[in-house]
Amino acid sequence: MSKTITIDGKTIPFEDGQTIMEAATAADVYIPHLCHHPEFTPHGSCKLCTVKVNGRNCSACTFPAAEGQDVLNNTQELIDDRRKITQMLFVEGNHFCPSCEKTGNCQLQAVAYHLNMLDDHFPLFYPNREMDASHPDVLIDHNRCIFCALCVRASQQHDGKNVFAISGRGINKHLIFNAESGQLKDTDLDKNDKAAHICPTGAILIKRTGYQVPIGQRIYDHHEIDEVSLATTEHQHGE
Amino acid sequence: MQVFIENLAADHQYQPTRLLLILRAIQARYHYIPEPAIQQLAGLLNIPSTQIIGVVEFYSFFHLQPRGQYELLISDSITDAMLGKHNLMGYLSEKLQVSVGAVRSDGLVSLDNTSCTGLCDQGPAGLVNGYPLTRLDRPRIDLIADLINQQKPVEAWPSELFEVEDNLVKSGLLLEQPIQQGAALKATFKRGLKETLVEINQSGLRGRGGAGFKTAMKWQFCSEEQETVRYVVCNADEGEPGTFKDRVLLNSYADQVFEGMTVCAAIIGASQGFLYLRGEYLFLYDKLQTVLEQRRAAGLLGNNILGQGVGFDIEICLGAGAYICGEESALIESLEGKMGVPRNRPPYPVTQGYLGKPTVVSNVESFMAAAAIAEQGGNWFAAIGTEKSKGTKILSLCGDCAKPGIYEYPFGTTIQTILDECGADDVLGVQVGGPSGTFISNQEFHRKLAFEDLATGGSFIIFNSSRNILDIVNNFTHFFAHESCGFCTPCRVGTSLLKKQLDKIIEGHGSAGDVVSLEEICQLVKSYSHCGLGQTAANPILTTLERYPELYANRLKKISYEPGFDLDAALETARRMANRHDAAAHLAQVGEDHE
Repeated sequence: MSKTITIDGKTIPFEDGQTIMEAATAADVYIPHLCHHPEFTPHGSCKLCTVKVNGRNCSACTFPAAEGQDVLNNTQELIDDRRKITQMLFVEGNHFCPSCEKTGNCQLQAVAYHLNMLDDHFPLFYPNREMDASHPDVLIDHNRCIFCALCVRASQQHDGKNVFAISGRGINKHLIFNAESGQLKDTDLDKNDKAAHICPTGAILIKRTGYQVPIGQRIYDHHEIDEVSLATTEHQHGE
Repeated sequence: MQVFIENLAADHQYQPTRLLLILRAIQARYHYIPEPAIQQLAGLLNIPSTQIIGVVEFYSFFHLQPRGQYELLISDSITDAMLGKHNLMGYLSEKLQVSVGAVRSDGLVSLDNTSCTGLCDQGPAGLVNGYPLTRLDRPRIDLIADLINQQKPVEAWPSELFEVEDNLVKSGLLLEQPIQQGAALKATFKRGLKETLVEINQSGLRGRGGAGFKTAMKWQFCSEEQETVRYVVCNADEGEPGTFKDRVLLNSYADQVFEGMTVCAAIIGASQGFLYLRGEYLFLYDKLQTVLEQRRAAGLLGNNILGQGVGFDIEICLGAGAYICGEESALIESLEGKMGVPRNRPPYPVTQGYLGKPTVVSNVESFMAAAAIAEQGGNWFAAIGTEKSKGTKILSLCGDCAKPGIYEYPFGTTIQTILDECGADDVLGVQVGGPSGTFISNQEFHRKLAFEDLATGGSFIIFNSSRNILDIVNNFTHFFAHESCGFCTPCRVGTSLLKKQLDKIIEGHGSAGDVVSLEEICQLVKSYSHCGLGQTAANPILTTLERYPELYANRLKKISYEPGFDLDAALETARRMANRHDAAAHLAQVGEDHE
C-alpha cells in the first residue's frame, strides 16, 4: 500500500520525498503557482500555492507530503487570498496586459483569470523600472518581473551558466545580470538557453518573435492555466 | 586598492563565507564598494559577481555609491524619536550642511537614518563609521560637526562620545551571580554530557529570542543527526527595536555566554561555533576577541578542552544592518556570505543548517542560562517562574520611565510590578516584545511576563499618555517595510501596502472603507508570509486596532470614498516642467462641499 494524503477530501498517493505539489500534480490536481516549475528546485516565494495542511498554511511546492496530511486547496478562502496575492504582484510592477506582447501566453495573466481577478484591488505602485534591450536576441522588461527566480534557477540548473540573480531588499528587489557592465549583452546568455524561455510573465522576451502567433490564438486564449499546467510539465511559452 | 583587496581576501583564506567581513573592511576603507573591487573579489573568492552585488544591495551598511568619509547614521527607533531625534536630525543636517540620505558635495560627510541601534536606554543614538554615538544633544552635535569639519579621525574623537553604559538596574537569578570561568564545563564533564542535557531539559529552559522552543530539545535533535559535522551558532543579531540586553550580556557576561556555547558543543558534538554579532555592536568586537583569547589560554577553547578530548572553537562574524538576519535560517545564510533570505523549512537548521550541516542556533541569553544550569542543575532554574515558563527573563526597558536599562525578572511577574520598579508614571501602554510583539493598554497591566501570556525577546517599551499611538504604529510599520527581505510576495508587497494604507489614514485621506482595507492587508501579510518577519509585521496595527478602533476611525473622512492618490500632488511634475504656478495649474481633489 502506498502512502496517501487527502486534498480537499480526495485521497492522493505519494512517494517519500515528494512535495505536496508533486503529489498533487501526479494525481491531476492543480494548485495555482508561479515561481514553481517541476524541473527546478522549488523556491517557495510567490506563495500562490499556499494550501492548508492540517489547518496550517504551507507552500505546497516546498512542503513535503507526509502520511495523514489533510490538505485544503480549493477553498473559497484560499482562492480569495490567492487572488489578492496575485493582485499584489500586479500592483508592485507595471503590468499592462493589452500592450504586452506576452498577453495570452503569460502565466501571471492566466493565473489572474483563473482566480477571477477583475481589478487591481490595491493601489498601484507605478515603480520606475528600466528595460535592457542591449542583447541582440533577448529583451528584458523589468516592469514585468515578479522575482520568481525561475530564470536564475534555469540558468544555473539547466544551462550550466549563472546569468541572472535577484538583488536588493524588500520592495527594491530587482533582477541583475552577471556581467561587469551589468548589461545583458555582456553575459553569456544565448537565445536558446532555457533561462531565456522560462519567464512566467513578459519580463524576458525573445526579440522578433513577439507576434508570430497572433493574439487570440495563444495558449491561454483557449485553455485555462490548470488544464495547460497539468497537461504538460514542460510547456514553452510564446513560441 | 587591488593590493588591499588581494591581501584582504588572503587574510580570509579566500572563503566566500567571509564575504560580509571582507565587504565591511572595504566599506570602512573606501566608504563604498567600488565596482572593480566587486569584479576582483568575484575572481578571488570564485563566486559570481552577482552574489557580491546582491549582498551589497541587501545589507544597509554596504553601498554601491560613495558615502561620506564620515558615515553618520542616526537611529530611527521609536525611543530615539521620543527623545527628540527628529529635531536633532534637523539640527545636525543644518549644522553639517548635508540633507538626510545624502552625501555632502565635498564628499566629507553623509547623513542617514538607520534602524534601532540597540542604545535605546541612552539615546538619541547613532553610528559614525560603525561606532556608536550615545546621548546625542545639541552640544554633542556641535562638537561632532566641528570634529568632522576639522577632519579629525574618528579614533581621535573624545571617548565620552562613544561611552556605552550597561545600565544594569535589576539583577536576578542569572545576572546576580555569574558563573566562575570554566565552572559550567567542569560540572558538565563531571556529571556527564547526557546527564547535563537531562538537567537542561529539567530546567525547562526555552529559547530566549522570543519564540520559546525548548532548548534541550533543539540540542537533542541536533545531536541525533547522522551527520558528524555539527555547528553551534549564537544569535547576537539583536535587532528588535527596543532590545539591548544582548549588548549588555556580551559586554559584561561574554565569558558565560561562550561557556554556554561550549557546553552545547560538547553535548551535541560540534567542533566549530560562531557568534553572529549584529553590525551595530562592532564596538564589542575587540573585547569579545580578547575574551575568546583568554578562554583559549585557559584551556576552555581549543583542541582539548579541560583535557577531556573535546575540541571546539568560536569565530565572531559581524552582520551589516539587516533585521531579518535575526531569523535563524536567514542568519545562517548570512554566515555563509549570502543575502539574509530565510530558507524554506523543513529542513530545519538542526537537520540542515550552516553549510547544510546540523546546527543549533540559540539566543545569547539562552546560552548564558544554559551555562548556569549546567553548573547549578535543572531544578535550581525550574524552581523559579511559571509552569510553562521557567526561570527568569532579562528585559531591556526603555521609553517613558525614570530608569531605563536592564532588568531581570522571574517569569510570571506582572507588567504593573515592572512599571512600578522602573519609575513609569501616567502610562498609556507598553509595547511588549518590540514591534513584532504586542501593544498592551493600561487596562492590561495585570498581565504576566510569560510565554503563555506576554512573550518577549527582551524588548519592553513604555509610553506615557503624552504619546500618540498612531505615531508609534507608523514608526513600526515603516520599520517592517524597510526590513522586509522581499523574498515572498505577501511580505514584500504587503508591508509596503500597509505603509501606504496607514499613511493614507494618518494623513487624513482615509474614508469609510479604508480601515477595513487595512485589516484585510494585515491578515494577508500575517497568514501568508514566509517567515516570522512578515507573520508579525502587521502586529502593531492589529494590536492597536483591536484596542483603540476609535483612534483609526477618527482619522477618516466622512465621505464614502477617497481616492488613493493626491491629484494635485500628482500634477507637481507637470507644473515644474511647464513652469506654471498659477491657480489654473492646480486641481482640487474633492469639492470642499463634499465634506
